[in-house]
Amino acid sequence: MRTLDNTKSDIPQGTLDLLVLQIAGLGPIHGYAIAQRLQQVSRDVLQVQQGTLYPALHRLENKGYLAAEWKESETKREAKYYKLTAKGRKQLETETAKWARLTEAITLVLKLAEGEA
Amino acid sequence: MNWLGRLLNRRRLDAELAKELDDHVNRQTAAYLEQGFTEEEARRKARLSFGGSGQIEEACLDARGTLWVERLLQDLRISLRLLRKSPVFTLTAIGTLALGIGANTAIFRLFDAVRLSVLPIPNPQQLAMVELADDTGSRGSRLSPYPALTNPVWERFRDTQQTFPAVMAWANSDFNIATSGENRFVRGLYVSGDFFRVLEVQPAMGRVFTIASDHRGCGLPGAVISHAFWQREFGGDPAILGRRLNLNYQRAEIIGVTAAGFTGLEVGRSFDVAVPICSQPVLQPIRSYLDGGTIWWLTMMGRMKPGQTLPSAGAQLRTMSPALFAASLPSNYPAENVKDYLKFKLTATPGGSGVSVLREQYSEPLLLLLATAGLVLLIACANLANLSLARSSARTHEFAVRLAIGASRGRLIQQLLTEGAVLAACGALLGLLLSMVMSRVLISSLGTEGAAPFVDTQLNGHMLAFTAGVACLTCILFGLTPAFQSTRSGAAEAMKTNGRTMSSGRERFGIRQILVVTQVALSLVLIVGALLFSGSLRNLLAVDAGFQQNGILVANIDFSRVSLPATERTAYKRNLMEQIQAIPGIASAAQVRFLPLSGGSNNNAVWLPNTSTPERHDVFFNSASNDYLRTMGVGLLSGRDFNEGDNVSSPRVAIVNQSFVRLLHLGANPIGSHFSRQPTPREPETSFEIVGVVKDTKYRSLRDESTPVAFLPIMQDPDPDPSMQAVIRSTSSLSGIASAIRSTAGQSSPRINVDFQVFGAVIQEGLRRDRLLAALSGFFGALAALIAAVGLYGVMSYVVVRRTSEIGLRMALGAGRGNILSLILRQAGLLLAIGLVVGTLLSLGVTGAAKSMLFGLKPHDPGSMLFGAALLTAITVAATYLPARRAAKLEPMKALREE
Repeated sequence: MRTLDNTKSDIPQGTLDLLVLQIAGLGPIHGYAIAQRLQQVSRDVLQVQQGTLYPALHRLENKGYLAAEWKESETKREAKYYKLTAKGRKQLETETAKWARLTEAITLVLKLAEGEA
Repeated sequence: MNWLGRLLNRRRLDAELAKELDDHVNRQTAAYLEQGFTEEEARRKARLSFGGSGQIEEACLDARGTLWVERLLQDLRISLRLLRKSPVFTLTAIGTLALGIGANTAIFRLFDAVRLSVLPIPNPQQLAMVELADDTGSRGSRLSPYPALTNPVWERFRDTQQTFPAVMAWANSDFNIATSGENRFVRGLYVSGDFFRVLEVQPAMGRVFTIASDHRGCGLPGAVISHAFWQREFGGDPAILGRRLNLNYQRAEIIGVTAAGFTGLEVGRSFDVAVPICSQPVLQPIRSYLDGGTIWWLTMMGRMKPGQTLPSAGAQLRTMSPALFAASLPSNYPAENVKDYLKFKLTATPGGSGVSVLREQYSEPLLLLLATAGLVLLIACANLANLSLARSSARTHEFAVRLAIGASRGRLIQQLLTEGAVLAACGALLGLLLSMVMSRVLISSLGTEGAAPFVDTQLNGHMLAFTAGVACLTCILFGLTPAFQSTRSGAAEAMKTNGRTMSSGRERFGIRQILVVTQVALSLVLIVGALLFSGSLRNLLAVDAGFQQNGILVANIDFSRVSLPATERTAYKRNLMEQIQAIPGIASAAQVRFLPLSGGSNNNAVWLPNTSTPERHDVFFNSASNDYLRTMGVGLLSGRDFNEGDNVSSPRVAIVNQSFVRLLHLGANPIGSHFSRQPTPREPETSFEIVGVVKDTKYRSLRDESTPVAFLPIMQDPDPDPSMQAVIRSTSSLSGIASAIRSTAGQSSPRINVDFQVFGAVIQEGLRRDRLLAALSGFFGALAALIAAVGLYGVMSYVVVRRTSEIGLRMALGAGRGNILSLILRQAGLLLAIGLVVGTLLSLGVTGAAKSMLFGLKPHDPGSMLFGAALLTAITVAATYLPARRAAKLEPMKALREE
């Protein structure tokens, strides 16, 4: 039996958007699968609450970054599949670049602190 | 899909969201099933890990961006339901708002039309009025209430000016369109050829005048009528062109109809018929103005080039003025004023708003009335706020619970505000409709006998914006207070104690009391205002004018169509007067040139001859026949009235009034003294002998103070007109006398025109503005007092209810009914006292604005303020009586037990 890990990380909203866009960019996917994928790929560190995931999905859809479609899923029932739009892809690129710059800057500062010590 | 799509497809999207979230839970359940949980446990764990689906749904809905609309619609539905449940409150609120907003809009509409309006022509800001910068030293007859020039000046200006690409001139006049019998006047205009071109007015039918239409000797080439006149008089006859119209008994052919939007340049006076300036001698054969260098009757205007400014145009006009006036100097201009004439300078002032007598007279009163109506609306809002507070205090419990379980305060306030907004919107719509009726009534009360002034009162953007603004303001004023009050966090306390604590008595100055104090204060201001204006009117009506006002008929007799040489006119008039005086029922009759209080006047400088340094004074002149003093009941103090001995061949005489005597220091017995009058365009310097002294009479207006007047015998008039104005005193019915006079005149000649007015009506006419102010301020004052009374009653009832247990306790401890009564009255008295103090301070500050409109009263008249305070005190006692009595009648045990 797999126990649910209690050390869930709270993902800030802006970053969650970035991750969702990235995952959706890999192909049409529904909400549950996004949550699963996030958890899997991040090796269980990122476990997003449904309370934040679905509002984020809808927000991104309303902004035009994601396009949604109801398709028949593998369970024979219909599910809502999200995929990245062209506008979304541009946004993903912008946000990814920003994230990279941010992490680089933070890493530099942290390295500096170590060096000083 | 876009925002609007999301809004309209709400239901479908809601269903989809539910399905999506459901799907997630199912998958999670399936995952747990795989892990070996039972169906039930798996589903439970899935639900738990999912979290509160309600909150997630709401978050998603929020993300959709249409939530606020849905909430608004929900609030509207709830508000409507709640309002339907308390019809009395709803109807009272809407009714009060409708009256208040309607009154404000009606007055604003009028104010907008009169003061703020702009002529309905293309580019009105390019229109400039050309007038004298300073008309000191101008001599002659001023025939227009607007800045005016003479025809010779106009013709010269037209031919030599280079300042404007196009100029025009106009004057207003009344034309008689009757073919026989009783006169029927329409509003006419004399216009120059380029009038319509400068204003860019197109003809709806036919053509309008061109520069070629207006030249000396043109006769009566045709008339251009207005669209409204065409509809009114001719029923919109499509064959109107070529039809003939009688103008002052001359036939004119209608050559054109102006476009529908154009109503002339005077705000408050539309035009019916326009003829060229050159037709004036034909229509008014009594006297031609065309060569009259001392007849100031034409208003000149010009259209500026795009980019040209008023100052630059004015500079150019100033430069051309010396040459213009030097060339147009009339030969009969009094020598002593020639230098003034030559120094005249033309200047350019804004013409885009047209001209208006109405504007000058009524701007200030209308502004004042607007302020008054605004105050009444404030008082009404205070009342509504109190009522709303009462309603929502009943729901405090409900709000406290909702706040406790997590509702946001903002949300609750939004809901309460929506209720206020619904009331305000309904009140505003109804008010808009009411305002149309009200403004019609208001306009007709501004008008002269028979014809209300023409004021464009179509629904326009200004008005709608004003109404909407007022509605929003009232909504905020009376909606916000209860909204904030009822959702206070301390409301939870209210929930616990249920209002039973003794501390309720300590809350003396809650918001409700403040509102009532405001109402009392504002009501005092309005009541004082009403008292001031009605007092002023009363003073005006009681003024001793120096002459009799009632039972006097005025007859305007025009015999210009009876071809009579000028030399015979005086004798003809005397004959006619004798015939009139012989009519039974007429006590006495006389001629007079200027009817008192009618606006006409004539003034010249006089001095005492044979003194080394003669001091010149400006005095007013009037001409009258014998018996004028007797007819009008003017008191003769010494000397004699004019008689048969005063005629063209006898020495010039005059009767002067007390102010004249005082002004010229003529001493105790001025009879026999002489005074000299400056040269006029018609006569050289003349000396007059004083043969009589009369009591002071009012000349131009009832507000006159000691106007010096000299009366000259009309029989000595060197240049009599073929028309006369007679005043007739009679104790029998004036209409009977009128027909008798008409038949007498008819016997003399069928071509005599007689027009009648009742003198009393003329005077009332002059007081129209004051009557309007008194009536409306009185109405508003009464309304304010009524609303304040209702407000007081409401608050005192509320106070009694709140202090019920306290009262019960007092009674149980031995207080008598009288003590309770005085307790309640004392509280009301406190509110009243504070309100009166604040109100008095406000009145002192505010009434100064009305100073110029009051007569015989100072703005800080203590009598009015005391009376107003007394009135409000009486109202307060009356309003508090019932609640106080109710309090005194309480049964102690019942009161203590009551929740």
